[in-house]
Amino acid sequence: MLWQALTLQLGYNATLVALGAALLGVSSGVTGTFLFLRKRALVSDAISHATLPGVALAFMVMVALGGEGRNLPGLLVGSALSAWAGLLCVTWLTRHTRLAEDAAIGAVLSVFFGLGVVLLTVIQTMGTGKQAGLEGFLLGSTAGMLQTDALIIAVGGALALACIVLLRRPMTLVAFDPEYAQSRGLPVARIDLAMMGLVMAVTVIGLKIVGLILIVALLIIPAVTGRFWTDRSDRVALLAGLFGGLAGYLGAAISAVAPNLPTGPIIVLASFAFFVVSFILAPGRGVLAELFRYLRFQRRVHIRQGLLALAQGQPIYEPLTLRLLKHAGLARADGVATGKGRAHAAKALRDEKRWEVLRADHAHEAAASHYDGLRDIETVLTPDQIAEIDRRIGPPRQVVQ
Amino acid sequence: MSGADFVPLSLTPLLIGIFAAIACALPGNFLVLRRQALIGDAISHVVLPGIVVAFLLTGMIAAWPMMLGAAGAALVAVALIEAIRRLGRIEPGAAMGVIFTTMFAGGVLLLEQTDTSSVHLDVEHALYGNLESLIWLDATGWSSLLDPQALAYLPPELPRMAVTLLVVSLFTWLLWRPLKLSTFDEGFARTMGVRTGLLGLALVVMAALAAVAAFDAVGSIIVIAMFICPPAAARLMSNRLEAQICWSIVFATLSAVLGYVIAGYGPLWLGLEDAVSAAGMIATVSGLILGVTAVAGPCRTRSGAPSEG
Repeated sequence: MLWQALTLQLGYNATLVALGAALLGVSSGVTGTFLFLRKRALVSDAISHATLPGVALAFMVMVALGGEGRNLPGLLVGSALSAWAGLLCVTWLTRHTRLAEDAAIGAVLSVFFGLGVVLLTVIQTMGTGKQAGLEGFLLGSTAGMLQTDALIIAVGGALALACIVLLRRPMTLVAFDPEYAQSRGLPVARIDLAMMGLVMAVTVIGLKIVGLILIVALLIIPAVTGRFWTDRSDRVALLAGLFGGLAGYLGAAISAVAPNLPTGPIIVLASFAFFVVSFILAPGRGVLAELFRYLRFQRRVHIRQGLLALAQGQPIYEPLTLRLLKHAGLARADGVATGKGRAHAAKALRDEKRWEVLRADHAHEAAASHYDGLRDIETVLTPDQIAEIDRRIGPPRQVVQ
Repeated sequence: MSGADFVPLSLTPLLIGIFAAIACALPGNFLVLRRQALIGDAISHVVLPGIVVAFLLTGMIAAWPMMLGAAGAALVAVALIEAIRRLGRIEPGAAMGVIFTTMFAGGVLLLEQTDTSSVHLDVEHALYGNLESLIWLDATGWSSLLDPQALAYLPPELPRMAVTLLVVSLFTWLLWRPLKLSTFDEGFARTMGVRTGLLGLALVVMAALAAVAAFDAVGSIIVIAMFICPPAAARLMSNRLEAQICWSIVFATLSAVLGYVIAGYGPLWLGLEDAVSAAGMIATVSGLILGVTAVAGPCRTRSGAPSEG
């Protein structure tokens, strides 16, 4: 059953939903990357909640004009207009009052959402039976999606992607260094607004599938996931698009398999699954990689300290140090150095003395700045320079037993 | 309107609305100043999975298991956000966005998977609450306030909300100095021996408590709106924290009363038959108040900051 869903053999409607969700995932992942890099991820939360009064108002207007209230393009235009109003409110509050952006975001999202709920209750009192389906915009509903709806989503997603491709360089520049972008003569405020406009477009397109409460997840989670794998912004965007698209596709397919599996939440959970895997396994920024780095560092510190202790004839009490030295064949279980251990210890002590000379000498300031107690001196000095330092230290002396 | 109508139908929802608004606005003041305003948003989203899990474990809709479940979910969310922020080196906003959306999605999924048709538990209820339904049918008029028999049938949300408000007020009052100190100058507070990390966590727990109690009674829109709008509006009215807190209480009360009255009676004045959502209207009124202070508040601009072109 799941295999059929994944290979798009579960009927016309399920195929439409799966393709639409995948397209939505790609465009929201890529758009979200720039939002995330600009450190304004939660602005999307305000934008998405601000769509609700627009949806309700558009419905009322369309009914008042004698039309069908559930016409999707009409509702989407309404939601876009009110999302734009919400966005302008956030921008205005942050720029013209002392309120920080997070307070502005929270205020706009709660007030617009509250107003939307009021309007929804007004619609419920307006006529009977006509309001069915508007609640679907809260959590998304893919049941009964029409081909035109899917087409709107596909075309909208493609347009948003095209705009991103056109704007990617200025948006990257603004995301990383707005002051520099300003000094280069770029209209930073307008680029920010364009970025938010794209976010708004994705939100509006996603209303039908994942709903306004959860669309934020599609903008944030894939971007964060992509960030774990690479430090280059274009690759983060590509990966975010990939993860978002996969999550949308998988989520829609899974939700088509059984009843009671709402599409929006499944898509969000699928993208969270990608996030968790990346969070743990990603090389470089992942938790496991971080843990290994920490253990390696700990090992180096312990061995270094152990060798210095051996060289100076001090007893070692730290069990971890002893174990590491023993494991490396540098010392016996009772803490007495092996032959190899004595050689390494003498080298460690000599290196320590070399570093001491090096750090006292202003001529080697640049090299001395690399000192952290662990680094091998050979990595910062040439053999000639080391020989010169050794000449200053003098020949090896007999260790007094 | 006479007491015979007002007391049973409007007094308790009004009081619950006011208590919930103030209980959220008090910690909201500090959250806004600490730039953690969206913690309230995150908490009110993760309350849903907490309540659903509590329902699945106990199999009933009772106040205490649900409050415990919601509070537990809030703590889990805060811990996860911190873990992602520190271990994954992700900025706090994005970490928050990852966690609260996922937990909310999990809550919705659990809710759809369980058979809750027999009980009153659905997403819409969680979002809007149902302030209008918290009526006190045993009251006959103002005299019922002194009648122990009628008082025994008060909606249980009212005493619960009152206790929550009391706890939150006590917390603010007892920890006033360290809270104020650590909000404005965390480094200085730490050198004075204030355990700022613990205090920050306590503030979040207080916010969660207020959110959960208010959520139970009035739904999550009011919670988010009251965490942010009255304190933000108050921030534009004064430079002193004491005055800001007072203003925020005034604004919270005003939003609750005006919102409830407009939602209940406004449509009637306009000739419509049914009332609109009180929770939504309260949020809307608080937004209007914020709008007015943003245009005309005496301390609305950043003092000393260069004006941006």
